[in-house]
Amino acid sequence: MNGTADVTLVRARGLRKDYGSGEGLVRAVDDIDLDVQTGQTVAVMGPSGCGKSTLLHLLGGLDRPSGGEVELAGRRIDTLPERGLARLRREAVGFVFQAFHLMDELTAVENVELPALLAGRSPKAARRRAAELLEQVGLADRATFLPSALSGGQRQRVAIARALVSEPLVVLADEPTGNLDSAATMEVLRLFDRLHQAGQTLIIVTHDARIAATAGRLISMRDGAFVDETRLTGGSTGRLSALAGLDG
Amino acid sequence: MGKILLVCRLAARALRRRPAEAVLMLLAITAATTMLTLGLILHGVTSQPYQQTRAATNGPDVVAYLSGPTGPGEAPITGQRLQSLVQAHVTELVRAPGVTGHSGPFPLVGALVQAHGHTAGAEAEGRQGSPAAVDQPKLTQGSWVRPGGVVLERTFAEALGVRTGDRITLNGRPFRVAGIAVTAANAPYPNLCYTGAGGCSAGPNVPVSEMGLLWLTEPDARRLATAASPLAAYVENLTLQHPASAGAFASRYGGNGPGTPSLAAWQGISAADGLLVQDEQQVLNPGAWLAGLLAVASVAVLAGGRMTEETRRVGLLKAAGGTPGLVTAVLMARNLATALAAAAAGLAAGWLAAPLLTSPGAALVGTPGAPSLTWPIAGLVMAVALAITLASTLVPAIRASRTSTVGALANSARPPRRRGALIAVSARLPVPLLLGLRLIGRRTRRAVLTAASTAVTTSGLVAVLVFHATAGRAINGGGSGLNNPVYNRNEQVLVVLTVALIALASLNAVFTAWATVLDTRQPLALARSLGATPEQVSAGLSAAQLMPALPGAILGIPLGIALFKVASGGGPMTIPPAWWLAAAVLAILAAVVLLTTIPARIGARQPVAEVLQAELT
Repeated sequence: MNGTADVTLVRARGLRKDYGSGEGLVRAVDDIDLDVQTGQTVAVMGPSGCGKSTLLHLLGGLDRPSGGEVELAGRRIDTLPERGLARLRREAVGFVFQAFHLMDELTAVENVELPALLAGRSPKAARRRAAELLEQVGLADRATFLPSALSGGQRQRVAIARALVSEPLVVLADEPTGNLDSAATMEVLRLFDRLHQAGQTLIIVTHDARIAATAGRLISMRDGAFVDETRLTGGSTGRLSALAGLDG
Repeated sequence: MGKILLVCRLAARALRRRPAEAVLMLLAITAATTMLTLGLILHGVTSQPYQQTRAATNGPDVVAYLSGPTGPGEAPITGQRLQSLVQAHVTELVRAPGVTGHSGPFPLVGALVQAHGHTAGAEAEGRQGSPAAVDQPKLTQGSWVRPGGVVLERTFAEALGVRTGDRITLNGRPFRVAGIAVTAANAPYPNLCYTGAGGCSAGPNVPVSEMGLLWLTEPDARRLATAASPLAAYVENLTLQHPASAGAFASRYGGNGPGTPSLAAWQGISAADGLLVQDEQQVLNPGAWLAGLLAVASVAVLAGGRMTEETRRVGLLKAAGGTPGLVTAVLMARNLATALAAAAAGLAAGWLAAPLLTSPGAALVGTPGAPSLTWPIAGLVMAVALAITLASTLVPAIRASRTSTVGALANSARPPRRRGALIAVSARLPVPLLLGLRLIGRRTRRAVLTAASTAVTTSGLVAVLVFHATAGRAINGGGSGLNNPVYNRNEQVLVVLTVALIALASLNAVFTAWATVLDTRQPLALARSLGATPEQVSAGLSAAQLMPALPGAILGIPLGIALFKVASGGGPMTIPPAWWLAAAVLAILAAVVLLTTIPARIGARQPVAEVLQAELT
């Protein structure tokens, strides 16, 4: 992980996103510059409606910017056609959502293998990889459970496993603990800690100071713009769990 | 009273809130009720033109066909002996109590007519140059019979394509068409032999189902007689003091035995005239039921799709103190109001469209006038419209009213079904089929409706193809090759019916695709966030419509054959070539893909982030 720490994986310049027009114009993201190196964990904090989620959607190619540039692994993505963006999401980006967004009618393992099937992997390979990831997130014994039979923390762990199934360059997490109680939040924090240790690049939008404290960089956002950035030693040394109090 | 007012007010607001859906529902039910109305009111509509023709031609109350007593296989009695027998019958008949007038006896000879390359059979009736007291055919063109000049019954002339002045041959003898006329004494071509009386034999190679009628001078008629087609019968027309008793008169003095006069009452002739419209009725009635089935599917998809959007409204009603009964009443009131409006529209449309189908044809003069729209017909049409609506919306409405208030306020839609086998199979398929199969698994009832709708549409199309194959065989093989007005009109009705069925099925396809798009916004947005391309999603949505449509289209083939069997009253049937049926199925499936493309494309291009974020708000 440390050997690749200086390679810029995500790069944004003058990034802007507008909604509406004229007097009703709302600038959700306002002229943002951002560089995220491979293996870094970046937390973006700010009040509701400040544009955090929109920023995440722009970085992951879920939405198109009104202006500026976004690069992922040195490649412009804001100019990609829809098909190119789909491929990017399939191969390079993993999303974790606050509402989990699991398919209700699919079991845990079927949810996790879905991106691999969409990417055209063989059903066997997809199932094997999904089973491995469920084991990694501690849910091997819940593989055949429907989401309705899982707790909030377990559902989010399934969603994280799903985000990892295609071995993405970056995982984008939007309020991953927003719908969870304290115990479940701890489960997710541990998981992110392990991902960080493994060198996974993470960009996490959160309200939760405990998650923010685990990041290598903490960016504060207000009214669509970055207002502050802090580099955290604990995060950069990979001792996230210590900072978040997980070791205890 | 207050509750009823509240329900009415809420129903009116709901209709105003979603006018497009109300209009679509109205259209779907109106199509079914229009066809039902048409099928019901066609009964007896030709009686008025028949009466007008009867008045214009001094039409008979009873037509007597007189021939000698000939057993099976025996040569018919002809010549002087026949004339003596006929005279005895005529004397008896004209002296019978209640007979007020008569004309005849006129000689009848079977003739093979050749005109414009067509050969057809006809009954040639010998007439005098002067007008007859009873049954003097009314000329619509040209002049009355003269030596070497014949007059053709108008339907027969139209089928042959001949006009006044044209040359034709009868049993090889040349004649010129002097005129064209109509009569109330015989049913028109091709139903001449359906009056329950008459000779109906033009000689070998002429089917009795396709015979025409013509008049010529008596000497010309006698000269037409050949050994194969001798002069073996006469016709006598009678009028009665009480025309309504014609049937009883015919039963009393007529019979089917050898040497007994064969008598046809005017009521039977009128009914045979109505065969033209009766056939249309036979086609329309099953068509109305098919349209009703499609309407059930349309309304079910519309109402079901809307119900998922209205969960929150149900929650608000219940939170404000509405009982499940009140909620059901509110949800149903607007549907029932739409159904009643559709029934009224269908009754009006059917009544207005009926004259287009009830034109009496060339055989009669006069117009049918407005068909009668009776209270029982109106009641039945209203009941069917309400039944369609209740069948397709009652269960969703009751289910919605029983939803927990908290759940409804949270707008939690009915959870999708899990079909483990489908999910497992779909994992082995290409992405569009994977998505399509899983979408089917989520809402299987909708897939069943798509299959049923496609089956009904295909059956209509197949019935038309069977009709064409059967008509083609009847015309080209064994038939006279003439333009058959019954086939023509049945074809028109079948085509109109099929167009209506296809239009309804098209609406269904679009409704179903759109309902699927609305219902699967979140999972499809999620699939796109996980890497599915818009093209894959769009193809998946189309596949979700196409896969259930395929078995539906295949099932539609035997259903269409059965439909034709019912509509033709069990008559002769020719199954069309396999490639016709295959082409019909492929055309239907292509139409399904085409119709679902636009909703699917819209569904595949919804902004992913917006849809996924919407769940949080």
